[in-house]
Amino acid sequence: MRCDFADSLLHGYFDSELSAPSAAEFEHHLQHCVHCAVELVDLDLLSGQLQVAQLYEAAPASLRKKIRINLRPVAPTPAPSSLLSWRWVAAAALLLVAFVVWRVIPAFHGEEDYQARFATGIVDAHLRSLLPGQITNVNSNDPQTVRAWFEGKVKFAFLVRDFADYGFSLRGGRVDVVQGRTVATLVYASGEHLVNVFIWPTRQQDADPLAGSRQGYQWIDWRKGKIEFCAVSDAPTSDLQQLQRLFTN
Amino acid sequence: MNDLDAENRLRFEQLVLPHLDAAFNLARWLLRSREDAEDVAQEAFLRACRFFRGFHGGDARAWLLQIVRNTCYSWLGKNRPRELMVEFDEELHLQPVATPESIAIAGEGRERLNRALESVPPRFREVLVLRELEGCSYKEIAAITSIPIGTVMSSLSRARRQLHSALANSSHKEAVSEV
Repeated sequence: MRCDFADSLLHGYFDSELSAPSAAEFEHHLQHCVHCAVELVDLDLLSGQLQVAQLYEAAPASLRKKIRINLRPVAPTPAPSSLLSWRWVAAAALLLVAFVVWRVIPAFHGEEDYQARFATGIVDAHLRSLLPGQITNVNSNDPQTVRAWFEGKVKFAFLVRDFADYGFSLRGGRVDVVQGRTVATLVYASGEHLVNVFIWPTRQQDADPLAGSRQGYQWIDWRKGKIEFCAVSDAPTSDLQQLQRLFTN
Repeated sequence: MNDLDAENRLRFEQLVLPHLDAAFNLARWLLRSREDAEDVAQEAFLRACRFFRGFHGGDARAWLLQIVRNTCYSWLGKNRPRELMVEFDEELHLQPVATPESIAIAGEGRERLNRALESVPPRFREVLVLRELEGCSYKEIAAITSIPIGTVMSSLSRARRQLHSALANSSHKEAVSEV
């Protein structure tokens, strides 16, 4: 005896593929149909047998290997040509080394050279300024006076401020020539330390402060609004960083 | 397989390669031979690679198994065309393609199920393999086999009945031979 429901819903019910209303309908039917109840058990037995038998067959390692080889960008070739390709790799490596020696290393050197030259120039200018009578050309703690003095001497504009309230009192200003360029210098006193702030125009983008030291002097350099600033002193770097923040605020 | 650029190769490795076992298992049951399955699964992967650019997300397993299935049928049509014409008539007329390897690893109960499953015609065997071994949903089976989703349930129903009677038949034969 067969049952109409057996073919239409039984397997879907067994596989949990029926919609909720269909499943409910079938469950209702199941209460009265012995045939479907038995068939459901048979299905479960069959499915269980298949699982227990472990009929699933995983791919052999050889197939996995073949497919992986096929997926490689360059398929492995017989020994002679692979030797040839190694020769090409070696040649390419040599070319790369040559390029690094020719271009990259000098570029790094260039960067280091620039830093070294820059620091030397700035620290030298700072040292010169410490010679008797050299520290300021305009001797004033009044920003207006100092700013007025710079007019006509340098061709770029910058703010002159006194930071006495923060521990950096304005002493005055002068004009320096550092590595061939005209530089405006503001002089501050911080306790017993003198701080030179070198100021000159730049075409570079704004840059965060970069600190360094040379011959026992600390310097900190930053760029803002097409103007480059470099503060140099024998004061600790943390003091210079504080002054830098006062300048940029 | 070198049709793929680096980015697609990585995608292929992440999306498709994990389903290698599923691909091999389906091919093995459709072809009833591990050796043939290895060749055909490899061919299917080559094809999957070639058409991977056309795969835009979705179910990678269903996509791959579709390719495996089609490659298997095309292989059967070329090498064993008679198998595709066989309709199940409650008698085992598909001779098992047993290799020494498969016999060696097969336990007694497993071997009996193995033969019974292999005796089911390919169109019904495949839905059994996809459902019972691969755990595919009806929707996935419909996508892989290109049969309407409404037909998946009746195909499974027929396939299970065929497997059941094949098993009953084999235990009957065993019982007879034991007497």
